[in-house]
Amino acid sequence: MSDQTHIPAGHDLAPGEEEQHSVGERILGYVVGLVLALLLTATSFFIAGTDLVWQPSIPVALIVLAIAQMGVHLVFFLHITTGPDNTNNVLALAFGLLVVFLVVGGTVWIMSHLNGNMPPMDQIMRMRT
Amino acid sequence: MSMTATVGHAHADPHHIGIVIEHPGPASKRIVTAYGFWVFLLSDIVMFSCFFAAYAVLSGQTADGPKGSEIFEQRNVAIETVCLLLSSFTCGMASIAADVRNRFWFYLGMAVTCVLGLIFLVIEFREFADLVARGYGPSRSAFLTSFFSLVGCHGLHVSAGVLWLLTMMAQVFAKGFRADVLRRMMCFALFWHALDIIWVGVFSVVYLLGGAP
Repeated sequence: MSDQTHIPAGHDLAPGEEEQHSVGERILGYVVGLVLALLLTATSFFIAGTDLVWQPSIPVALIVLAIAQMGVHLVFFLHITTGPDNTNNVLALAFGLLVVFLVVGGTVWIMSHLNGNMPPMDQIMRMRT
Repeated sequence: MSMTATVGHAHADPHHIGIVIEHPGPASKRIVTAYGFWVFLLSDIVMFSCFFAAYAVLSGQTADGPKGSEIFEQRNVAIETVCLLLSSFTCGMASIAADVRNRFWFYLGMAVTCVLGLIFLVIEFREFADLVARGYGPSRSAFLTSFFSLVGCHGLHVSAGVLWLLTMMAQVFAKGFRADVLRRMMCFALFWHALDIIWVGVFSVVYLLGGAP
């Protein structure tokens, strides 16, 4: 009965470390990641220069493609997964992303409002004289 | 009876949230080192996000200087991107070779990574030198200041990465695949992959979004 309390803790994985795989499987993982990343990169460059799609949708498409490619890099190259042995790595990543979104989103938000509420520069110059 | 109960419990609760585990002791040095380096990389990414925010705010402030669409060359950026992506792949191959203690594939993977990183740096340096020669240096406009600081900061990271890469090759040559050398190699691989992730943001936001007419 007492061994029920002695459950061995599942070992953690360091960031970048994979679960036990053979060399062939590991190489295959990198090849899949490379192909996916190349496809996403090619799509980004194609979308940026094409007239085939509705023009205002291009910035959104580029941002979505970039986030997708970062995800591919995280999964296939850095081996960040949602497995129980990766909890610490994912939590650190989540906190980092929170700070990134606060910094970038907050800056763009505040600065665009400041820009919108400021009179144009030539008007300021006229008020001074 | 107690065995099946344990197995069933483990499946229902893979993260061991509901179970009090007897303290397993400190994690191995490999995990502690890599996790600490992971936290450093995330803080580095936070630092880059400040440069990205500055670029996003200042990209329209050209002070009658050149706009992004007038100075960016998509072809060079595409070559740089492919170089960095392939170097990330060969870096992964080198770290697999280090794990299985294969010297030949380790040196080959690291050498190819180094060459691809150097090609990237040469293209970027020539782009910068060309812009400065045309009078579009970082002091020309706020847009160019933010462009040079963001892309230049990434370039500095890649330069440091190339130096680290050569150090790792020398350490494996002199000391072999010792545990501490393998830990450093693991941190280097993390660093190189993280640089590629940042470059994805750079080419998407700076060159493709900022280069739109």
